[in-house]
Amino acid sequence: MLSYLIKRILSLIPVMFVVSVVVFLVVYLIPGGPATALLGLEATQEQIAALNAELGFDRPFLVQYTDWLVKVFHGDWGDSFFLQQSVLEAIRDAFGPTLSLAVLAQIFSLIIAIPLGILAAYKRGTVTDIALVSISLLGIAIPGFLLSMFFMLFFGLYLKWLPVAGYAALSKGLWEHLRYLILPALSLGVVQAAYITRMTRSAVLDVLYQNYIRTARSKGLRERAVVLVYALKNAAPTILTVVGQSFGGLVTGTIVTETLFTIPGLGMLTISAITRRDVFVIQGVVLFVTLVYVLVNLVVDILYGLVDPRIQLGRK
Amino acid sequence: MSKSEAASQAILQEQRQIRRERLLANPGLIIGLCGFVVIVLAALIIPALSPVDPNEMTVSLRLKPPSAEHFFGTDEFGRDLFTRVLYGARVSLGVGCSVALFSCVLGTIIGIYASYFKILDHILMRICDGLIAIPGMLLAIALMAALEPGSWNVILALTIVYTPSVARVVRSSALVARGQTYVEAAKVQGASSARILWKLILPSVISPLTVQASFIFAQAIISEASLSFLGAGIPAPAASWGNILQASKQVLAKGPWTMIFPGAAVVLCVLSLNLLGDGLRDYLDPRTGGHK
Repeated sequence: MLSYLIKRILSLIPVMFVVSVVVFLVVYLIPGGPATALLGLEATQEQIAALNAELGFDRPFLVQYTDWLVKVFHGDWGDSFFLQQSVLEAIRDAFGPTLSLAVLAQIFSLIIAIPLGILAAYKRGTVTDIALVSISLLGIAIPGFLLSMFFMLFFGLYLKWLPVAGYAALSKGLWEHLRYLILPALSLGVVQAAYITRMTRSAVLDVLYQNYIRTARSKGLRERAVVLVYALKNAAPTILTVVGQSFGGLVTGTIVTETLFTIPGLGMLTISAITRRDVFVIQGVVLFVTLVYVLVNLVVDILYGLVDPRIQLGRK
Repeated sequence: MSKSEAASQAILQEQRQIRRERLLANPGLIIGLCGFVVIVLAALIIPALSPVDPNEMTVSLRLKPPSAEHFFGTDEFGRDLFTRVLYGARVSLGVGCSVALFSCVLGTIIGIYASYFKILDHILMRICDGLIAIPGMLLAIALMAALEPGSWNVILALTIVYTPSVARVVRSSALVARGQTYVEAAKVQGASSARILWKLILPSVISPLTVQASFIFAQAIISEASLSFLGAGIPAPAASWGNILQASKQVLAKGPWTMIFPGAAVVLCVLSLNLLGDGLRDYLDPRTGGHK
């Protein structure tokens, strides 16, 4: 287990190296240098050259990159050009709402997807199965923001059950906090659930016809116990991996959904940065979200090792 | 001689029969293909025949619900939504198609070379790992922020996002092909590596590549719509499904049809392409057929 853990963590080094180069290049390769983006169309050539020099973008590539990387490790992710804040402070302020939204959406998606996936696998080939598979196909084809708009229209504007815009911090009370998040989280969760249902179904199907399931049945265990305990337990690692992988999609989904529901999270931060071409903020958000995504998948892999004892045998 | 010819004829016929049966046993493939063809034809033919200008604004026709003159109603500037959705289809399909094409070509080149040269493999695959580690939409957003909005830049950004996963798929199929005896035999005979790569290994990569291409096509349509929806994609007033939806955000309560029709277009198109991809996978690989 320990050697697996070490190997897994070491394998992150080249990945994060490439990520850092890509993220750096996003700013480095802006035609005319980042100052062109920051200063906008009215700036003169001299102003652009002066700001590029001030930010150190007139130095050789390697010098710039190592300088940037060292600063990133020291917690200096640059300053927002428009927000009077450092990039890390801006990300810290915006992370809370996004985290709440992502966690709630993930909870919704699991509540929907796991039972439906098991049901579809168990009732394989029946009308129930076909209906569930068709619905999940439809769900996969819907972009998250479109479902958000639809929920907004139906639950928010017609039925007026829930607010369609705004945000209340957790400190204002749990219900107040959740009230604003339910619609966006539900729409994200449903899109996510479509994918997880499909994967859960095939993961359970893979184990449902194994010998140990037959043994469990022949021991006289009740059908429900066989499916819920034996089949689910053995399908769990696969499902866990799918959940981890889908987390990246979930976080990027929140970016689009947040802007629709005006939730002041990372998505709103990114969008306002795009319109102002505040490139260091965008760079910071990409780096931060990727770090979170990579860490989530690391945790999932470690959990995978705990759930699946076969991993101790030194899986590659 | 004629006997063996007749026998091979019979085998061919039988194979054709099996292929036909497998196609008919695969309704998803047929539905997906038909849906997609209908959308493409509608996008190509109707705007060419109709005299309506997608960008013509008529103040007196603002936000009219669907009617006989305006099948999908009109938007907040009085533009005919039916025409706009069809012009939008041209843009969105064009972006999706180009992204699928470019990322498959690039991904194939990278994947095939990676499968054949060990050192190259290490370098290229680490780069792909790194690119895949960045959530796709976020990378696209970052690239669009660095570039200027516009359809070619959307295509460029999304190609960068999807190429690594194509390279991975191609590489793993190519590695399987590389271990086959016919490749070994060609190597022993002294065939050049270019010949082995492009004449012997490439054909075995084509079928997973086709499947991948249809999924990327679908994904690229969703990504383009999301980017334009965020204002980081194709700039207004050009119609694309994403920026028609972005405009409808402002008038959702007063004119829900401005969201429902372009939204349905996106969903139908993506659904058709996904069905096509799933169907192709089952059709080309009989082992998974009908099982999952």
